[in-house]
Amino acid sequence: MTTTTYLVIAAAVLVFVVIFQIAKASEYVSVLKGEEQARKQSNKINAALLLGFMIFGLIGVWYCNKILYKQTLFPQGSASVEGEKIDEMLWITIAVTGVVFIITQVLLFYFAWKYQEKEGRTSYYFPHNNKLEVIWTVVPAIALTVLVVFGLKFWFQITSDAPKGAMTVEIVGKQFGWIMRYPGKDGKFGKTYFRNINDEQNNSLGQIWDDQANFDDVVTTQTMYIVKGRPVKLIIGSRDVIHDVGLSHFRMKMDAVPGIPTTLWFTPKYTTKEMKQRTGNPDFLYEISCDQMCGNGHYSMKGIIEVVTQEEFDLWMAKQKPNYYVAFPDKDPSAQPAVPAADTTQRAIAAANF
Amino acid sequence: MSSEATNVQATSVALPHETHQEAHHGHHHETFISKYIFSQDHKMIGKQFLITGMFWALLGGFFSVIFRLQLGFPDARFPWMEELLGQWAKGGQLQPEAYYALVTMHGTVLVFFVLTAGLSGTFSNILIPLQVGARDMASPFMNMLSYWFFFTASIVMISSIFVQTGPFSGGWTAYPPLSALGDASPGSKVGMDLWLISMALFVVSSLLGGLNYIATVLNMRTKGMTMTRLPLTIWAFFFTAVLGVLSFPVLFSGFILLIFDRHFGTSFYLSDIFINGQALPNEGGSAILYQHLFWFLGHPEVYIILLPAMGMVSEILSVNSRKPIFGYMAMVGSLFAIAILAFLVWAHHMFVTGLNPFLGAFFVLLTLLIAVPSAIKVFNWITTIWKGNLRFTPGMLFALGFVSLFISGGLTGIFLGNSALDIHLHDTYFVIAHFHIVMGVASMFGMFAGIYHWFPKMYGRYLNNTLGYIHFWATIIGAYLIFWPMHYEGLAGMPRRYYKFDIWESFKQFGELNVFISVVSIIVFLVQILFLINFFYSIFKGRKVTSQNPWGANTLEWTTPINPGHGNWEGEIPEVYRWAYDYGKDGKEYIPQTTPVSADESKH
Repeated sequence: MTTTTYLVIAAAVLVFVVIFQIAKASEYVSVLKGEEQARKQSNKINAALLLGFMIFGLIGVWYCNKILYKQTLFPQGSASVEGEKIDEMLWITIAVTGVVFIITQVLLFYFAWKYQEKEGRTSYYFPHNNKLEVIWTVVPAIALTVLVVFGLKFWFQITSDAPKGAMTVEIVGKQFGWIMRYPGKDGKFGKTYFRNINDEQNNSLGQIWDDQANFDDVVTTQTMYIVKGRPVKLIIGSRDVIHDVGLSHFRMKMDAVPGIPTTLWFTPKYTTKEMKQRTGNPDFLYEISCDQMCGNGHYSMKGIIEVVTQEEFDLWMAKQKPNYYVAFPDKDPSAQPAVPAADTTQRAIAAANF
Repeated sequence: MSSEATNVQATSVALPHETHQEAHHGHHHETFISKYIFSQDHKMIGKQFLITGMFWALLGGFFSVIFRLQLGFPDARFPWMEELLGQWAKGGQLQPEAYYALVTMHGTVLVFFVLTAGLSGTFSNILIPLQVGARDMASPFMNMLSYWFFFTASIVMISSIFVQTGPFSGGWTAYPPLSALGDASPGSKVGMDLWLISMALFVVSSLLGGLNYIATVLNMRTKGMTMTRLPLTIWAFFFTAVLGVLSFPVLFSGFILLIFDRHFGTSFYLSDIFINGQALPNEGGSAILYQHLFWFLGHPEVYIILLPAMGMVSEILSVNSRKPIFGYMAMVGSLFAIAILAFLVWAHHMFVTGLNPFLGAFFVLLTLLIAVPSAIKVFNWITTIWKGNLRFTPGMLFALGFVSLFISGGLTGIFLGNSALDIHLHDTYFVIAHFHIVMGVASMFGMFAGIYHWFPKMYGRYLNNTLGYIHFWATIIGAYLIFWPMHYEGLAGMPRRYYKFDIWESFKQFGELNVFISVVSIIVFLVQILFLINFFYSIFKGRKVTSQNPWGANTLEWTTPINPGHGNWEGEIPEVYRWAYDYGKDGKEYIPQTTPVSADESKH
């Protein structure tokens, strides 16, 4: 250990000793002054501190909001149509709980200060009062009913079936990255089986090649392309442990559980380009964060969602090569050096190898 | 309910009362070992729980300091950390595996070893016999076993820190498949086996303790101590024990299945897994099943942690307000309602696991329903101090702090219990802020309140008041400074259990805030050390208690000698004639429970 470390430790010990000695001395002083006298004095000080704590605390709450609110996602609003309901629910909840918070905290600390021990005051014997107790059982019950009704209304809207014509994308988590699959022209995902997974043979999802629906499925990694204004349904799975597709800008989240597919759907409101302008951040990205502890690389399990226009999407999709041809290049009708598709192929291989 | 309870106790109490008096005479010649180590005295066992809990709190708190350093200063190098942790902090930088191990250990230790064993273990042991008027627990031997199972669990948990692959690192909830597969994470190798063994021993300890608390409260109350005359502390310990006895076995069964999946090739939780380049043979299991089993304990667990704090706070607020607790029956009723509802809300931890949304709706309803008894308690506490004559002892300050924190953290529970909002907030720092305030810090405040208030009974001395005040003010200000801003990180979607955030465009804006939080948490940690110094110094050198009833309280523990021996009362156990909350009645400052009701006393 270095000298600085020793010095820091020595300084810390010194501070402790000083505080401790002061505390001990103050106890002797209080014994000299008369314990009753000392107790009354500290009672006054603590009562004042409690009131001060409340006042400075409430100012602190306001100040904290002032400096941190702009760093949350709420100034930019939800990036999905469905997420707006979650924001609305948040505001309703903040309004209801905010009122309760201020009333109860103010009463607590104000009463503590107001009813501090005073010479000659006797406490008021007030063991119960049925009317009061009924009031504060019924009022919270009503307030909570309102919250439950709104909450469940939004909950059922958000978890309802995706609208017809929604685009579907499969997203599969693995330690520590994401694999995406598009159903291709037939609009159907081919069957998969986990024992068929083979990263060396470019079959990262275990596609069953006997199933013809697999022939046009496009598999990519890390980045998902979806279309602005078009509902998209994600079919979520996992290859190993539980992951979670966290889409904070869209206010969406769903676990990826091995063996049990889950879904979520939403309608993106802005393209990535538009969001760069809305947020004023040229580096803005819709990030997919893994929100369920999945191992030592959990913090780095990132995916990207590119929201684009329909034309841009069609252009991008046209460049993608179905995974069948990546796995079996000899069957690829577009023959040998397929330049435009090389990019995806490279990426798929790279992903398979890491 | 009250008349029924009266009848039961009238017949059952007389017997143990007499027999224990006989047994008492055999306890005079105690050796060091029988008095301090394998003690069967509930007071000593309580102190053992407390001091072991303090050791764990210190260690668990220290873990959090280390990983907060990582979160606050992800690019800094701390050479001393390498000295301390070796390869876990290569080059002075905490490694991800160490970060996750520390986070996991912090959670496990604080939830189970500190806030369950250290809180309910300590105070149920010390206070139940003293406040119901019994010479000891129903089974002092089982009570002793309860501590030693906890001690063994502690030893096993500590040993897991020293295995080569590290302790378990998959989060305190230990979700499979991550916790089931050694290939998924090095911490899930032998570290996880030790974790499971330790937790299994802990469950045994908790059951032995819990059954004892229930038996003692039901059967060993002194003459006149009807259930409705019990102090609220005892009601809270009673419901806590019931919750533990009914829910810990479910957790245990979840662990057994996990052990089977890990070692005996079963597929309870495993299906469709491809890991480390190969597909596993398991098919047909459900990883979600574990979560149901875990949270069936996990949610009652937060009330196992919270209820004892609520009970002690009720008592301390009343004593130091010199005023009866407001709405005693409503307080008991709300404890009961919370205990029942605690079993019906577990799936609110699982809204985004793919749970059927229709089923989720019931859990939303029941979860928000729990806010009603909680609200009743808060209003009753506030009314208790209204028009009182408040003495701000350190115990009283911590009790007031508890109420403030319980309000703050309870209200954010209404956000998270609402499934629609939970979609956005689940597994973010909002959750961290919520449960640390309402469960962690608030219960810790309840525990501190209890320690300051009953220290004179435990050791016949006082804690130093000035240090107590410093401790309180630094801790409550620090706790709010640490956890309040975290809500904003959560609103930005910032996920919990991230080792660092630099690669995330969405979350890296909180760098400065993370520094601030880390610095404050280190200061708060140091202040807790100050408290520990005060605690151990005062055991030996504190100001001596000179009167039997230093706080002027009504409950029975203050009728025992200043330093009660094993058996608590010299001579007969006193008889009880009234409830525990006659403060300020008929112009009398307080009327102990042992005072007969006089003819001219007013009725309430």
